[in-house]
Amino acid sequence: MVNLETIAREVNARLARPAYRILVCDGTGCVASGSRPVHRRLLEATQGLDGLAEVSLASGDLCRPLLSRTGCHGLCQLGPLVVIPGDGNGREEIFYCRVSPEDVSEIIESTLAEGKPVERLLYRDPNTGATYRSSGTIPFYAHQTRLALVDCGHAEPESIEEYVARGGYASLRRVVTQMKPVEVCEELVASGLRGRGGAGFPTGRKWLAAHRANGSPKYLVCNGDEGDPGAFMDRSLMEGDPHRVLEGAVIAAYASGATYGYFYIRTEYPLALSRMRKAIEDARCLGILGESVFGSEFAFDCEVMEGAGAFVCGEETALLASIEGERGMPRPKPPFPAEKGLYGCPTVVNNVETLATVRWVIERGAAAFRHYGTPLSPGTKTFALTGRVRHTGLIEVPLGTTLRQIVFEIGGGVPEGRRFKAAQIGGPSGGCLGVQHLDMPLDFETLGQVGAMVGSGGIVILDDTTCIVEVSRFFMEFTQHESCGKCVLCREGTRQMLWILRDIVEGRAQPGDLELLEETARAVKVASLCGLGKSAPNPVLSTLAIFRSEYLAHTERLYCPAGVCPALKTFAIDPDLCKGCTLCLQKCPVGAITGERRTVHRIDVARCTKCGVCEAVCRFKAIAAR
Amino acid sequence: MGCASVDTGSTRSRQFLKVNEILQRFNRDSRRLIAILQAVQDAYRYLPQPVLNYLATSLGIPRARVYGVATFYAHFSLEPKGKYIIRICDGTACHVNHSQALLDLVSEKLGIDQEKPTSDDLLFTVERVSCIGACGLAPVAVVNDLVYGQLAPAKLGEVLDELIRVEKGI
Ligand SMILES: Cc1cc2nc3c(=O)[nH]c(=O)nc-3n(C[C@H](O)[C@H](O)[C@H](O)COP(=O)(O)O)c2cc1C
Ligand code: FES
Repeated sequence: MVNLETIAREVNARLARPAYRILVCDGTGCVASGSRPVHRRLLEATQGLDGLAEVSLASGDLCRPLLSRTGCHGLCQLGPLVVIPGDGNGREEIFYCRVSPEDVSEIIESTLAEGKPVERLLYRDPNTGATYRSSGTIPFYAHQTRLALVDCGHAEPESIEEYVARGGYASLRRVVTQMKPVEVCEELVASGLRGRGGAGFPTGRKWLAAHRANGSPKYLVCNGDEGDPGAFMDRSLMEGDPHRVLEGAVIAAYASGATYGYFYIRTEYPLALSRMRKAIEDARCLGILGESVFGSEFAFDCEVMEGAGAFVCGEETALLASIEGERGMPRPKPPFPAEKGLYGCPTVVNNVETLATVRWVIERGAAAFRHYGTPLSPGTKTFALTGRVRHTGLIEVPLGTTLRQIVFEIGGGVPEGRRFKAAQIGGPSGGCLGVQHLDMPLDFETLGQVGAMVGSGGIVILDDTTCIVEVSRFFMEFTQHESCGKCVLCREGTRQMLWILRDIVEGRAQPGDLELLEETARAVKVASLCGLGKSAPNPVLSTLAIFRSEYLAHTERLYCPAGVCPALKTFAIDPDLCKGCTLCLQKCPVGAITGERRTVHRIDVARCTKCGVCEAVCRFKAIAAR
Repeated sequence: MGCASVDTGSTRSRQFLKVNEILQRFNRDSRRLIAILQAVQDAYRYLPQPVLNYLATSLGIPRARVYGVATFYAHFSLEPKGKYIIRICDGTACHVNHSQALLDLVSEKLGIDQEKPTSDDLLFTVERVSCIGACGLAPVAVVNDLVYGQLAPAKLGEVLDELIRVEKGI
């Protein structure tokens, strides 16, 4: 049987030998920004030097600095990131941003040889200009609490040995050798952990239901379909710490009585697919998966299944149909998958982040978990913060943290002197929060009360250059497109809503359209079959509640306050800037501009076709659309 | 049609060698239909009609089921796809960061868009996808599995120019 302590001792001995370790981020974000060439250059540069260089924990000369590739740090926007961890003896971590291959020699010469940081690569706060040496003090990280993401970016995701050295699989071992399945379920119930995939169903209760259900075999399914645009925590977890997800899954399987598992991962995530596959293989090689998990009676194995591009397959019953090789269409619940799931057998479906949180709960106990978050929504939640904020990225905070803290303390506020307008939370099934909600705690209940939801945890920040109606149309287009077509309300209702919204943004609104839109939204919400339809009207209803005047401006005055909708733009000439050069007047294809040379020109709004030629030709920037 | 040669009697068994090998790999298990179709698409770059019929017969399932699945999922294509697949993300984060400009550029430069996604020379296919999970770097595009972040239209233009140069051997 695998001895975790021996592995940990060996890895720690290796890590203790070299003076330095260099971590290069190898998450999708940093790879896209060019971290692979940086890694290659570091490898080449350090190889020639005496006493320097090494590739990975898994092989090579142990006395040299270790060069490792890690998962995502969350601050992808500033990638490629290179981190030189502290040594635990007073030498602080160094956190480098936007590293290019050209910076490598300087890193080696000053940091590795002389212990000095390269100032220009350190993080610089865009608001205050202050530089920071290590990640812990950067405001983006200082206000976070990382339980699920704790090791993301700090360890080699492809090394099961390092995972073990950081305490991995010890919880699983304790669970299968010392706890009864029911006890595990009860611990989870006590922790109050709620599903992170959207619905927030208590995880312990789901496991208990499957445990008690009749039928065999039982299955465990990890939902890695993450279809919500704007969310990427599950990807980062699978890429950055795949063994943590796997360990949670095996614990879930033991607790619920499952003997086989599937990781359903979307095809758009090639790196997550390959890292999860490798994690499963490595765990199998060590005997952690298989006939007898840690020498117990418990047998479990699993495989990865690649999705084929359908948002609705994130819905659990659709996902199960997809694993069975069918069209991914949801079916009515009950029966819930915990009773009748895959091939009609009891099946636990859990989200990636939910499973990644399980190890922490088992390791530290339910009470410690409840120390974070709110009584009804304990623990932490990851959020993908994107859109119009200074620092986009992946964060983890206690549930109940306010939107203001997230946008302004962690995200650094809205850039380019713009104003915060709204936050769209929970993807196309979520809702919009406005300025009045900035101090509202983000947790399952409070969000539900204002018609939004935690959902997958995507937060897209919108500033005053975004048109709310256009964003609603955008979400409706998404859900309408992804509707599987099985139930009428969702299939036809979302289409009608999309058409109305199109009419509004294209200036064809009729009296009564807003009422019709609202009525249709309510009907779709009530009568759709699955969560896709039930939640599709959320963006519309929540924005109608907060930004009704913006909708009314579109429908009644044919005016887009944000100046986004092309059909509703009005062009105007700024009398202070106009030099009366007559260029716009000559170029206007419909003769809507009048004025004498060297006097301020005017645009006849009634004639104007909003083609934008005048704006484009004006050399004095005197013409602008409003 | 591009797939006509697949179906001619004499070459039939040889043409289906690849498919047979795939079927073998998945134990001719109809529950693995999606994985089988993915493997076929990897091999042919699309799902040729005769292959779909052949799969139905070999797996002992109705043709309607194979077509049903093949047309349900966005990843499957019944039309040949180009050698280079340009995926432009139009997820929320990318949308509010002006991904439309990237779609416009591709349409302008290569004459392909949502309506007509593949160029006549079968070099390029454009797909508008929703979120590839790199939202922190919006706007994002993926060209043949290489992810490009914080992508300005001009930069995408350069990437495409380079591919065209490689193809034309200039
Ligand atoms: C339209 C729709 C899409 C969904 N997409 C996802 C998804 O991408 N990932 C996910 O984990 N759950 C998704 N869910 C929620 C799942 O149905 C299910 O509740 C969840 O996987 C259960 O895991 P949890 O209890 O750990 O959250 C979706 C639900 C709906 C209705
Ligand atoms: S929205 Fe484009 S990558 Fe997520």
